Amino acid sequence: MSEQFKQALDGITRVRGVRGALMVTDDDGLIIADAVMEGVRGDAVAALAASLSARMAKATVGAGVGEQHFLHLQAENGTLLSMPAPNGVLIVVLAENDVNVGLVRLEMLRAVEAVK
Amino acid sequence: MRYRQSSDLTRCWGRPVSSDIRAMTAELASNPDSLVFLELGEALRRRGQLYAAAKAAVVGLERHPQLADSHDLYARILVDMGHLQQAYDEWQATVELDPQHLGAHKGLGFLCYRWGDLDGALEHLELAVAADPMDQSVVQALQMVRGAAAELTEAPEEPQQSVFQGLDGAHHGLLLFDTRGRVLGGGMSSHLGEDVSRDVAAYVSGGCQEADRSSRILELGDWRWMVLEGPGGSMHVSRSPSNTLLLVARDGSVPSGRLAVLAKRAAEAARQWLEAQQP
Repeated sequence: MSEQFKQALDGITRVRGVRGALMVTDDDGLIIADAVMEGVRGDAVAALAASLSARMAKATVGAGVGEQHFLHLQAENGTLLSMPAPNGVLIVVLAENDVNVGLVRLEMLRAVEAVK
Repeated sequence: MRYRQSSDLTRCWGRPVSSDIRAMTAELASNPDSLVFLELGEALRRRGQLYAAAKAAVVGLERHPQLADSHDLYARILVDMGHLQQAYDEWQATVELDPQHLGAHKGLGFLCYRWGDLDGALEHLELAVAADPMDQSVVQALQMVRGAAAELTEAPEEPQQSVFQGLDGAHHGLLLFDTRGRVLGGGMSSHLGEDVSRDVAAYVSGGCQEADRSSRILELGDWRWMVLEGPGGSMHVSRSPSNTLLLVARDGSVPSGRLAVLAKRAAEAARQWLEAQQP
């Protein structure tokens, strides 16, 4: 199973501009598996992405969007993406701000399948 | 490009609650009349496994339709799923079976408050306090609703907001609010047509504080916008001038690229409106 996770994360990190991909627990943001570039603080990415996703969950339900399928935070110097997977797992990606989000998203969906 | 690899599966599947859920599921399978579905449904709900929780609740309801707690459980799950009207109906069924049901009156009070029905909220919260005067959460909620009702009778009528006049969804899918969650203009409606502007502004402003923190700690610079997608559509949150936030929400028929275009137009309208408000 861990090989399957590794392959799924490798697929994400092969997209140009991706600095790290992680599978984390959605409730407390702990790392299950990760593939991050040197210098990237994986534990901080995991914790903050899980926290952000949880904080925005009520907003999406309240606005009629429903349970969150995808979150995209665009900042001046980078991009943070998250996508929930089954079994309380969150797929998280940290990337450059000019990354092809469509490609990353496809690989994230593959990672979700790997978790099932 | 070098990547570090690691893996720890126990953090995902080794949590004790999973074995509890497995045990409860097994107990329910061996004895379908068992009341363990109440505990199982609640455990799944707390884990966010809402569809599994709903399934457990429905199975229990089929076996125990006269049990007030089974309707109460299903109502709590429906609220988490965003099906507020169905949750309301389930809680009504609960109080028909048990007129002093604390959880149902709390839930009905919460829904009435969300829908702006302060009288209804007061009625249910007072019944909830009567059911358990020691429940501090109900006492506090009652105080808050009483305060809101008093403010409403004292406050002058708000002027008609026209920040997004002429834009599609100006009063039900575009919202301008400050970083403390106070609505400045526009409006947001649920799929049932209820005004959810204040709730959504409060939730999103809280989420934006988290986005500030994430961007700062991860050294991403200032965040510019966020897009969130779900089964019911998508929403675009962006910063506006004067410490304000702009939210655009649309159903699933609007692709994310078009949502960004709508957000840009709304941002320009908001900028002009905010400038006009300057003394």
